Amino acid sequence: MSLTIEDISYTYETGTAMQVTALDHVSVEIPDKQFIGLIGHTGSGKSTLVQMLNGLLKPTGGRILYKGEDIHGENFDRKKLRAKVGLVFQYPEHQLFEADVLSDVMFGPRNLGLTEEECRRRAHAALRNVGMDKKFYEKSPFDLSGGEKRRVAIAGVLAMHPEILILDEPTAGLDPKGRDEILGLISEMNSRMDMTIILVSHSMDDVAEYVDRIMVMNHGHLVYDDIPAKVFSHYQELEGMGLSAPQVTYVMQYLREQGLPVRTDIFTLEEAAAEILAHRRDIHV
Amino acid sequence: MISIRKLIHDYFRQDEDGNVSEKIRAVDGVDIEVNAGEFIVILGHNGCGKSTLAKHINALLFPTEGEVWVEGMNTTNEDQIWDIRQRAGMIFQNPDNQIIAQVVEEDVGFGPENIGLPTDKIWQRVEESLKTVGMYEYRKKSPNRLSGGQKQRVCIAGVMAMHPKCIIMDEPTAMLDPSGRREVIEAARDLNKTEGITIILITHYMEEAIQADRIFVMDQGKVAMQGTPREIFSRVEEMQALHLDVPQVTLLAHSLRKQGIRIPKGILTREELADALLGRRPAAL
Repeated sequence: MSLTIEDISYTYETGTAMQVTALDHVSVEIPDKQFIGLIGHTGSGKSTLVQMLNGLLKPTGGRILYKGEDIHGENFDRKKLRAKVGLVFQYPEHQLFEADVLSDVMFGPRNLGLTEEECRRRAHAALRNVGMDKKFYEKSPFDLSGGEKRRVAIAGVLAMHPEILILDEPTAGLDPKGRDEILGLISEMNSRMDMTIILVSHSMDDVAEYVDRIMVMNHGHLVYDDIPAKVFSHYQELEGMGLSAPQVTYVMQYLREQGLPVRTDIFTLEEAAAEILAHRRDIHV
Repeated sequence: MISIRKLIHDYFRQDEDGNVSEKIRAVDGVDIEVNAGEFIVILGHNGCGKSTLAKHINALLFPTEGEVWVEGMNTTNEDQIWDIRQRAGMIFQNPDNQIIAQVVEEDVGFGPENIGLPTDKIWQRVEESLKTVGMYEYRKKSPNRLSGGQKQRVCIAGVMAMHPKCIIMDEPTAMLDPSGRREVIEAARDLNKTEGITIILITHYMEEAIQADRIFVMDQGKVAMQGTPREIFSRVEEMQALHLDVPQVTLLAHSLRKQGIRIPKGILTREELADALLGRRPAAL
């Protein structure tokens, strides 16, 4: 178990009129190599939770264990933790600042005190992993397209060699092509590099397509934590939380109401098409 | 209402000595006529020229070649530039970049104040525009305490207070969660239906495009496709070749067609899909 969250709570602006409980006694296990989707509407506590996972925020109650050690314990090296638990913020391209792409990606490894050669080696590998070839190395990050900038920003975190990668809305503001590229890339890092991924997202369609497990946050509570099929079967409750099931789920629901006896626990397009085809004899066209 | 004729827009990149080193043609010979009261959607991947096009409509950019007319006024006529900007309001992606005041009602009153309206008229316009977007009860609040969708509706109220004939929205929902997205699109639709405001909506979300009167698809600075939503989304393969999505229901219907189910092209809603599969003849197709 690489990360264990034990009964953590977090309160912003304690003791003032603005006091908000962002996390309320949350317990969860993050095992190795899992691809996890973390969903919840704005203000549900999901961003607070991810900032806890790499020690940027300290819980006001409970504890977080990394390989069994309390990350806020006296002898724990939190700097090392931040290299192991990489966090890609929303709009990460706003954090690019170096004169060229290669230096930007090398910035993190340099801060770890590695040799120049090792930093360069890691940066090359990270850029290769996000599909940015050599011709980009000397370019200014500001001359790249939105999707390219975002890939460079992700490479900057990959060069730290994280075991767990947390991405907060990595596809926000991208067009459909940019979105598919980024999600494909993340999925590959999970399957090929055995990296644990926590994908924070608003898009149920994206989450349904890729993840093994979904955690749903609402009002600071972890309300669901299960495989996608189980979580999306609560689609009515999800709507009450300002969320929704994937669009195809609603289509199947509607077809069933209208008299086509299809299954409704369906979350991807391929499954939906297969299920409708399985009912060929009920179709009248 | 809006007439774009043979519009060309070039951006120039300059080297350190100020010499033009590169010319980028962002808009390349676009002809678009928009009638009063229409709901227009513009689709296209990042960098296709749609935002550049939008900025021409309220005279933030001027044609390299060709002409843009708004309500009979040429955007290159400097004497009428303020009239044009008042008639054609603009909403951008990030609401935080568009809100300037500390209190919602002051923010909405900023525009009318700038054009020198008497105080009672300003308050009257603030009240009516906040009511149209359903934000009147928040008028005394700080914008900082609002959700993304609410902030974007305040921005729309700010534009409405100028009594525009047309509102251009450049990816107004890109940074919002699903409920925020719904709020903003509903507000836009309301303004179009009840106030007769012409809407030009730029978006990556195909579900937002279904209810448009007409869709323009841009690619490499040109209008690649145009037509009603049904006409556009019937052309699934062409849309995919342009790296664009089609609505999930349309994609599902397309996949069923390819597997031999004889249903019509261009299905846009789950109701239409159910009608087609259950052999009920829908009025729309």
